[in-house]
This record gives sequence, structure tokens and C-alpha cells, in this order.
Amino acid sequence: MMEKVLEKASSMNNQSSNIVYNTQQLNLWYGNHHALKNIDLEIKENEVTAIIGPSGCGKSTYIKTLNRMVELVPTVKTSGKILYRERNIFDADYGVEELRTKVGMVFQKPNPFPKSIYDNIAYGPRIHGIKNKKILDEIVEKSLRGAAIWDEVKDRLNTNAYSLSGGQQQRICIARCLAIEPDVILMDEPTSALDPISTLKVEELIQELKEDYSIIIVTHNMQQAARISDKTAFFLNGEVVEFDNTDVIFSTPEDKRTEDYISGRFG
Amino acid sequence: MKYIDHNSVVKRMNSRLIVNRILKTLFFLATLFALLTIAVLFYRIITQGVGYLTPEFFQNFGSRFPAKAGVKAALVGSIWLMCVVAPVSLILGVGTAIYLEEYAKKNKLNDFIRMNISNLSGVPSVVFGLLGLTIFVRALSLGNSILAAGFTMSLLILPVIIVAAQEAIRAVPKEVREASYGMGATKWQTITKVVLPSAIPGILTGAILALSRAIGETAPLIVIGVPVIIQFLPENLLSQFTALPMQIYDWAKRPQLEFQNVAAAGILVLMMFLIIMNSIAVFIRNKFQKRY
Repeated sequence: MMEKVLEKASSMNNQSSNIVYNTQQLNLWYGNHHALKNIDLEIKENEVTAIIGPSGCGKSTYIKTLNRMVELVPTVKTSGKILYRERNIFDADYGVEELRTKVGMVFQKPNPFPKSIYDNIAYGPRIHGIKNKKILDEIVEKSLRGAAIWDEVKDRLNTNAYSLSGGQQQRICIARCLAIEPDVILMDEPTSALDPISTLKVEELIQELKEDYSIIIVTHNMQQAARISDKTAFFLNGEVVEFDNTDVIFSTPEDKRTEDYISGRFG
Repeated sequence: MKYIDHNSVVKRMNSRLIVNRILKTLFFLATLFALLTIAVLFYRIITQGVGYLTPEFFQNFGSRFPAKAGVKAALVGSIWLMCVVAPVSLILGVGTAIYLEEYAKKNKLNDFIRMNISNLSGVPSVVFGLLGLTIFVRALSLGNSILAAGFTMSLLILPVIIVAAQEAIRAVPKEVREASYGMGATKWQTITKVVLPSAIPGILTGAILALSRAIGETAPLIVIGVPVIIQFLPENLLSQFTALPMQIYDWAKRPQLEFQNVAAAGILVLMMFLIIMNSIAVFIRNKFQKRY
């Protein structure tokens, strides 16, 4: 009896130390379509977790569930738990707004607002009530530096963000996400609309960001997952087939289906 | 085996090109017809009315004598009317559109409401006049005042503004809303900071059309009982008044020929009023115009 309690206590301790997201038996339906089936995943702090899998396997759905953006689709139903820092994000008293200030998101297509670069970055801090111009200036500079784009835009902070190239726009979106000082950054195929050089820049940026943030990235590009991630989860038909260290997944996967996928036999 | 025989395609090419040319000519004639009609209309009105467009025309009240008749009361009345119609219809219309597009759930009841708002814009204006007479003039005892007429006109153009605003709101890309929600913005913050700034040009375009309709509409005013000849300016929103289309209608139906020319001058004033209103709206629209 005593042992059990101790065991529980120590496992709790372990969890709180470095697990950011603990997904337990997550199921998700779009209407009648069962999109995610019994997902169990533990995502650790200051790591890059890549989610790979063929189109329609549920990887984007999963990442959008982590900040509950998936609920913008009206027919979505979920069951199970996602513990973010030990608190279930589906709890009735857990507001999505609160969750999303801690969990930032970068989308597939660069989606800056049709505003100036400055206003794009300052958007998040402003909606959370920061009005002091000096503080906003500092946040803007810090975020743009964090997204490695400060030198390219520092002289034209007041120009429209749409005047930038696609790759720059995506880094502006990353900077905008950093401006709310999140704990986790979710990235939904952030480089799929970018050219190879911009992709490289974003990948390098991700490597730098993981020092301070936990990053979960969905990618179609397996080389990308291999290059930048610490852990990789392979999704297929709404299930997690395999989740392990990236080098294990790409060298000695346990499951035949993972091997088939990464060796390009399907998907 | 080839399915396309290029020789026969070339042979038939000529007749295809001829059909294309004929239709192009037909469509051009259709455009020309519309333009000609407008040109004739303008020519007639300007030649008839321009002689009466004197400073006195703007300073005089209505009169039995064509030479002394003026639009002062009607012009001021129309301005007062717009001061009621523009804010009331814009606030109600944009508010409804925001609710329907952003907050309302997609269900049968809301689909039904959406469909019927579009249908409402097809209801004849006389019917709105009767509605105004029953509710604003009689039930709320506002009489044939600026307020009663303004509310009636607002109801008349509300569907047009709602539909235009809904379309403008719907045209805002989903991605920028997601970006806003993704940072923890509430729905209202997203609406005021992202959706409305992008939708304002579209909303204003619809509002211009709707207000232009309200300013030229006569039937509801007749039904409400707005008088034609008024020898004083309105003092507040509950004053009696008359409006430009009422005045023009009155002049046009008088037997004296000279009054036809006075009516033409009145129409010119109405058109100038419209052009000024439209340019203000276009100015605001261009200020907000942003590209994606």
C-alpha cells in the first residue's frame, strides 16, 4: 500500500518536471468521421516533437486539438483527456483564450494581418492589455530578433507585412507567436508553402527556439522531421503507430508500417 | 487512335469565331442602349432644370409660383432624414450581420433567418411605408416626423445593408481569424481588430447603394403622410419635414409647364446630393482599403 502511494508520488513528480502535454485516450470525431482514435502521447519540455504521416492521417487535427483550434469546426466532438501542465484542457473552467496565450501556433500558410509589421507583432501583447509604447517596442524587437528577422525588417517596421516575401511573412508569424511569450509552439506544416532557402532558415530557427520553448511540428517532409526533431510520432488513419526518438524511428522502427512509410513505399 | 481530328477542328474554327463576334456586338449594343438612355435622361433634365438652379432656388421654400419655388425645406429635410437613416441602419445592419456571421450557430433556424433577410429586400417600399405608418406614426405616436420617416427608411434598406455586410464579413480570409484566435483573442477582439477593418470597404459599398435608395424613395414617405409644402425648417427630430423626392413628385404632377422645369432642377439637386454622399463613402472606403 505504502509502496503504491510512493510510486504514484514519484511518477507525479517525474511528470511535473518535464512533461508539457500528456494526451490520454483522445478520440475525435468530425460528425461521424472518427478522425483520431485512442491517442496516447507524452510530449516533453524543450524538445522538438515531429508528427509525420500521410495526408488525412489526423496529424493536423491532433495539433489543432492541442490548442483547441479544431473546435472552430462546428461538428467536432472529443473524448479523453489532454493534460497540459497537468491540467485537462477540456475542463469546463479552462478557457480556450487562456490556453492559447500559453500555446502559440504557426500555420501552414503564412497569415500575417493586413497591418504593419509592428502592429502584427504587437497584436498579441495588445489584446492581452499591454498599452505602454516602450514595453511594446521592446517586445516587438525581442520577438523579431527571436524569429531571426529583425535585421531584415528593422528599418521598415511600419510597412505592410504583405509587402514581405512568403518566407519572411512566415518568420513574421513566428515572431508574432513569440510576442505572447508562449510555453509551447505548435507548427502546422510551417514550411510547406516556402521555397528551400526560406525553409532552411525556418528550420534553423526551430533549432534555436527549442532552447526556450517546447515545439510540436507537423510535417509532410520526412527529411525535415529527421533533421530537426528529437522525437517523432508516426500517425496513420487516426492512430499513433509509433512514437519514439527520431533516430530510432528513422533507423530501426519497430512497426512494419512505419518502415514502409519512411522508406517511401506509401504516403 | 486520336480522339481530336485537328483538320476538322480548323474547319469549324471559323463558325466558332463568327458566333463569338456576333455575341460581342450584341453585348456591346446592350451596354450602348443603357448608356444612351442615361445620356438622354441627363440631357433633358439638365437643359430643363439648369436655368432654375439659382442661389434663390436653394433659399426659397415651396411656392405656388414657379419662379419663386425653392428646395430649401426639402433639401434640409433630406439631410435631417439621412442623419437618422445612416446611423440607425448601419448600426442595426452591421450588428445583425456580425451576429449572423460570427456568433450564430449554423442551424435550420438561422438558415431560415438568413434566407428571409434576403427576401425582405425584395418587398415593395409601399409595404414598408404601411409598416412605418402602423408602428412609428400611430403605435409609437411619433407622427409624420423626421424620426418616424427615418426609422421607416432604415427598415426599408436594412436588408440590403445586412446582406452586403454579411458578404463583406464572409470575405475576410479564415486564416487571419485563426491567427487572431490562436493568440488567445476573444471573438469580440477578433471582430473589432481583424474582421471589421478588413470588411469595412465592402460594408460601405453596400451602405452607399442602400442610402442612395433611401434618399430617392418616395412611396414610404407618401404613405406615412409627409407633407409637401412646408414653410419652415425642422427644429428637432420630432418636427414635420419634407424631402427632395416628395418635392420633386409634387412639382412634376402640377399642371403648369414651368413646374416641370422646376422639378428638373430639383432632380439635379437630388443628384448632386447623391454624388456628394457617394464621394464621402468612396473616400472612407479608400482610406480603409487594404490588400491581401
